[in-house]
Amino acid sequence: MKPFRRVTSRVAPLDRANVDTDAIIPKQFLKSIRRSGFGPYLFDEWRYLDRGEPGMDCSQRPLNPDFVLNQPCYYGARILLARENFGCGSSREHAPWALEDYGFRVIIAPSFADIFYNNCFKNGILPVVLDAKIVDKLFAQAGPGFDLSVDLPTQTITTPYGEKIHFEIDPARKYRLLHGLDDIGLTLEHADEIRAYEERRRESAPWLFPEYA
Amino acid sequence: MAAKTLYDKLWDDHVVHSEPDGSTLIYIDRHLIHEVTSPQAFEGLRLAGRKPWRVTANLATADHNVPTVGREHGIDDPISRLQVETLDQNCADFGITEFGMNDERQGIVHVIGPEQGATLPGMTIVCGDSHTSTHGAFGALAFGIGTSEVEHVLATQCLVQKKAKNMLVRMEGQLGLGVTAKDIILAVIGKIGTAGGTGYTIEFAGSAIRGLSMEGRMTICNMAIEAGARAGLVAVDDVTIDYLKDRPYAPKGDSWEKAVAAWRHLHSDDGAVFDKVVEIDAAEIKPQVTWGTSPEMVLSVDATIPDPAAEKDPVKRESMRRALKYMDLKPGTAVTDIHVDKVFIGSCTNARIEDLRAAAEVVRGHKLASTIKQALVVPGSGLVKRQAEQEGLDQIFREAGFEWREPGCSMCLAMNADRLEPGERCASTSNRNFEGRQGYGGRTHLVSPAMAAAAAIHGHFVDIRQKSAAPAEPRKAPTKTATSKTQSTAGAASKKPDPASASRNQPARKRKSEQ
Repeated sequence: MKPFRRVTSRVAPLDRANVDTDAIIPKQFLKSIRRSGFGPYLFDEWRYLDRGEPGMDCSQRPLNPDFVLNQPCYYGARILLARENFGCGSSREHAPWALEDYGFRVIIAPSFADIFYNNCFKNGILPVVLDAKIVDKLFAQAGPGFDLSVDLPTQTITTPYGEKIHFEIDPARKYRLLHGLDDIGLTLEHADEIRAYEERRRESAPWLFPEYA
Repeated sequence: MAAKTLYDKLWDDHVVHSEPDGSTLIYIDRHLIHEVTSPQAFEGLRLAGRKPWRVTANLATADHNVPTVGREHGIDDPISRLQVETLDQNCADFGITEFGMNDERQGIVHVIGPEQGATLPGMTIVCGDSHTSTHGAFGALAFGIGTSEVEHVLATQCLVQKKAKNMLVRMEGQLGLGVTAKDIILAVIGKIGTAGGTGYTIEFAGSAIRGLSMEGRMTICNMAIEAGARAGLVAVDDVTIDYLKDRPYAPKGDSWEKAVAAWRHLHSDDGAVFDKVVEIDAAEIKPQVTWGTSPEMVLSVDATIPDPAAEKDPVKRESMRRALKYMDLKPGTAVTDIHVDKVFIGSCTNARIEDLRAAAEVVRGHKLASTIKQALVVPGSGLVKRQAEQEGLDQIFREAGFEWREPGCSMCLAMNADRLEPGERCASTSNRNFEGRQGYGGRTHLVSPAMAAAAAIHGHFVDIRQKSAAPAEPRKAPTKTATSKTQSTAGAASKKPDPASASRNQPARKRKSEQ
């Protein structure tokens, strides 16, 4: 996983509540057995005017000019500003894969759906929860030239006007994100404890350990 | 000892290691796998030279991509085919049991787990699928995970988690006639919103929940995620234990007795403290129909489409406007005036035998309305399909004009060929009415199986509580299920048909009096 320290970028405002993972990456693209290549299909049904299918050359497809990511002033944005309950619905990790592949490293919203929030951290994306009033203000400010700087070590967002906004993040998650750590490797450091747990449980609840599956 | 909630007990029983900040390594007893969210996890395992920690904890099946017709010819779509073959290969390589596409035990992963007894009370159960919450109906802590976590569970049999908060949804009282588990959970989502359960594990309790069969409880827990909660729970009782007895993967003999004794403790203690309590009067719930593009956009069948102009919150107002535009609906329209093009009866929410019985009971002796382009019945598993055929349900559906299909996720998410075309409107027993969920430009209305069946016959939504919505000829007594006695012949097939009858939505006492 890519480590995350600081991102400074323009901000793409996606002004919709309850954006679900079906909208972030529609189901037909989930047939892929790969982890990469989802960026061109991010928000496919909103971004293009035609029906997307896997393997299409997206550079030839008709763009929806009304969709925020198609407005030239937001090209290259690495920060996505969103509304409440972002990432609800399906647990598909293809959603953060698509966001990351497109170039987003930060998503700011008043709230996130739990599974999506969790999946972001596995993919080097920082989901930032801010008070709804602050998010409202950012939506009002977002536009050409409105760049934000998001700094993970100090947990601070700095606006072009020098305003500083503090955000909260779980310390363990922050540590893993900063260092791009492999979760599995960390867990396996507890392998002896896992085996000891299994031994205890095998005694007290043997039906949980069938010999066959 | 302090009184604990059911969630507290399940959590405490699975702690392997905890950090001072609350990050906890919890042990996973059962890992269910399907073809869509696992290939990258197996690839990661291979790249790191790792093996599954405890191979017998895993059970796999292909459900999302599989065709529901012409299965003997394989899968036409080469990309889908590769994904299903990749699952077959991964399971073969790592020694994981898989119910392949042509195994009779194959089906939707959340249907087969309980059906096989692979889902047991007191377990932690995960799957790379948000509807894993379904299994919480058994007093198991069950939740959906992403693909990185699928790999993590394969490699370590554990997950790093922080404990969620406790929410209790208590539903007392008697459900009205024609009101089902699906209506209950849609009403709950309408009340607390799609983010109302975010950060919580929801325990569903009260006499109306106790009165539900296991299948009804699964429908409720299945859609806990649609209320934002990763996990839903129902306490263990006799209904739970009766359902599991003699299932292929359930413990047997002495081990069964010991397990049952342990499962009897799987309920919230008297005096246990919940962070949030929601009380709902079951008698007030009416049949529900969603009108928008989020499950919280839901109405009683006798209501009219709301007017965004009356909504004060600007973000909500805009969401409503957008939803009405997408759904091509106007404020003030009666729900019963909404006409549908297609009907889908299936999904991990409503594709179990009782769902099919409830729908068949409405359909019996009738034909699809002439305006219905297509009506699908997609059983949740091969065993559900066989049971339904033994009961003659397939004939009832076929005679009415429904298509009787092979098991899978099908038009719930339209990853296979079953889908809506742009602009088509569907009465669906599935769980999500998101834009494009059932097909590009498709419009979804979530309803119960009986409501979907009634919409198929009438061509529009009807209030199934009213006599005019009921079939004209006298109905047969709801499923005495002589077929329930049918013994399965397949080796590991379910030997235990469902204990409850089609009248599962009535509290147990009522049900008894009917029999």
